[in-house]
Amino acid sequence: MRQALIRPELGGIVGTVAVFTLFALFAFDSGMFNSQGVMNWTIVSAQFMIIAVGACLLMISGEFDLSVGSMIGFAGMMIAVFGVVLAWPMWIAIIITFVICCALGALNGFIVVRTGLPSFIVTLAFLFILRGFTIYIPQTIERKTIIGGIRDAAEGDWLAPVFGGKIGQPLFQWLGDAGIIGVFERGSRAGQPVVDGIPMLIIWALVLIVFGHILLTRTRFGNWIFASGGDAEAARNSGVPVNKVKILMFTFTAFCATVFAVCQVMEFGSAGADRGLLKEFEAIIAVVIGGALLTGGYGSVIGAALGALIFGVVQQGLFFAGVESSLFRVFLGVILLFAVILNTYIRRIITGER
Amino acid sequence: MADPIIQMKDIEKHFGSVIALAGVSVDVFAGECHCLLGDNGAGKSTFIKTMSGVHKPTHGEIIFEGRPLDFADPRDAIAAGIATVHQHLAMIPLMSVSRNFFMGNEPLKKVAGISFFDHDYANRVTMEEMRKMGINLRGPDQAVGTLSGGERQTVAIARAVHFGAKVLILDEPTSALGVRQTSNVLATIDKVRKQGIAVVFITHNVRHAMAVGDRFTVLNRGKTLGTAERGDITPEELQDMMAGGQEMATLEGSLGGTV
Repeated sequence: MRQALIRPELGGIVGTVAVFTLFALFAFDSGMFNSQGVMNWTIVSAQFMIIAVGACLLMISGEFDLSVGSMIGFAGMMIAVFGVVLAWPMWIAIIITFVICCALGALNGFIVVRTGLPSFIVTLAFLFILRGFTIYIPQTIERKTIIGGIRDAAEGDWLAPVFGGKIGQPLFQWLGDAGIIGVFERGSRAGQPVVDGIPMLIIWALVLIVFGHILLTRTRFGNWIFASGGDAEAARNSGVPVNKVKILMFTFTAFCATVFAVCQVMEFGSAGADRGLLKEFEAIIAVVIGGALLTGGYGSVIGAALGALIFGVVQQGLFFAGVESSLFRVFLGVILLFAVILNTYIRRIITGER
Repeated sequence: MADPIIQMKDIEKHFGSVIALAGVSVDVFAGECHCLLGDNGAGKSTFIKTMSGVHKPTHGEIIFEGRPLDFADPRDAIAAGIATVHQHLAMIPLMSVSRNFFMGNEPLKKVAGISFFDHDYANRVTMEEMRKMGINLRGPDQAVGTLSGGERQTVAIARAVHFGAKVLILDEPTSALGVRQTSNVLATIDKVRKQGIAVVFITHNVRHAMAVGDRFTVLNRGKTLGTAERGDITPEELQDMMAGGQEMATLEGSLGGTV
């Protein structure tokens, strides 16, 4: 029994059940659990999930990335610069942005493994460097900090809908016609369902979670991720290419941040210099709630996804429940503290430390 | 006697102006436990690192299975069959025994063209190998952190043997262990030796060496004072050689011969 409970996802599962029970009791009639409400907190959770998957694998491999938030802002701005200012086809803008951001992630990792400096410091430097460029570039070329017109530029593009589109419209139309989900009562869209499809953002979140989970638990590379974070020296002695693993995980984290950014600019139709602020901490908190150890070597992608779900449900749920939204931060701090204490306890049991 | 599996001939190793090894020659035979004794700083670590490909000797020759050796890095040495079990840096406590056992040598199976970690195979082999070594695991997913220090050394040794080690270098495997765990590790060494593997056992504890050793080489200040066969030498003599004969006699007297 005790052994079965000692798994990284424990905190995430307990937290998820607790959060849903709580809101079902106190906010059931608020519209939180109708189709619109569900879609609302699912989208917010999916955003957290996308960056949490990257942060989770990176943390298990023993490193942090504090530049995730700045990377989100930077990636969005790159899309706008290439796609709108330079008016390149949107698919080229997206691909080049991915290449640049992944290269920057790899550079982060390269500096960390080469210098042996804590990733905390190296990525903190990138937090400022990238944010600085994200403000400087649009101000220099457009004299403003928000670049719009992305939706128009993406019109008819083949790659943009992969990030900004929706799928399953016929299904939702059918659900609306059958009266299972709400439809518009009047206006030009009368009869159409309020929720008319699943945004690609959610699909990306699911794909990344499944990919991350399988990579971590079912592949050789996953074993290397655990080993690199558990004890880099022991892993090297056993022939694990620790540096390569860490650099790839930094790259993957940057990839996830870029996915987030592209989905976001496609949704908003604009890129802003302040996008992604504090996202790095939200990602790390979701991962820790999900049971990963800050010291690396232990954790779970499923747990991190549950952590992100808790995050999203509570943030939106407090709004539905009519609670002052600033209390969300209080809640966040409290749950983070609880999660870390629980994780430390689990770690003691696993390692037999006293 | 057959040819030695590995011959270290007149090995010298300099780090800048520091001479860590000043001409050490040791032969190791298959199926023997060769104890390498020496006090702290005697050059034991440098010597085994040279043997396992971490350091290149400044001067001298290593002959492995009759051929001169030239390892570029430790992975070459591991591939050739020279495995080192480090005192601390062998196992990752947070990972399961089976994940640790196959770390760096993960078994793969293909599903739909993609290579996956073959957990079934890894778990089965791990349980089997652990049983052979006399360790009963609750399950292959038991974390290494729950094992005792002696059991961890045993897992590391079993791993090296499973992956085809011909020469097994054990770096102070007993120095941090209690009495009972030490005897378990010594029993493991005995089992490994009987499988025809050459064991190089580094220690500074004469009694541990005497318990399993077939031959003994003492290192002192980067030099060897020769190799002795089992039965040709007493623990007291070994102790004396390790300490370089200085003051040890008087100390030993006052401590009642318990060092």
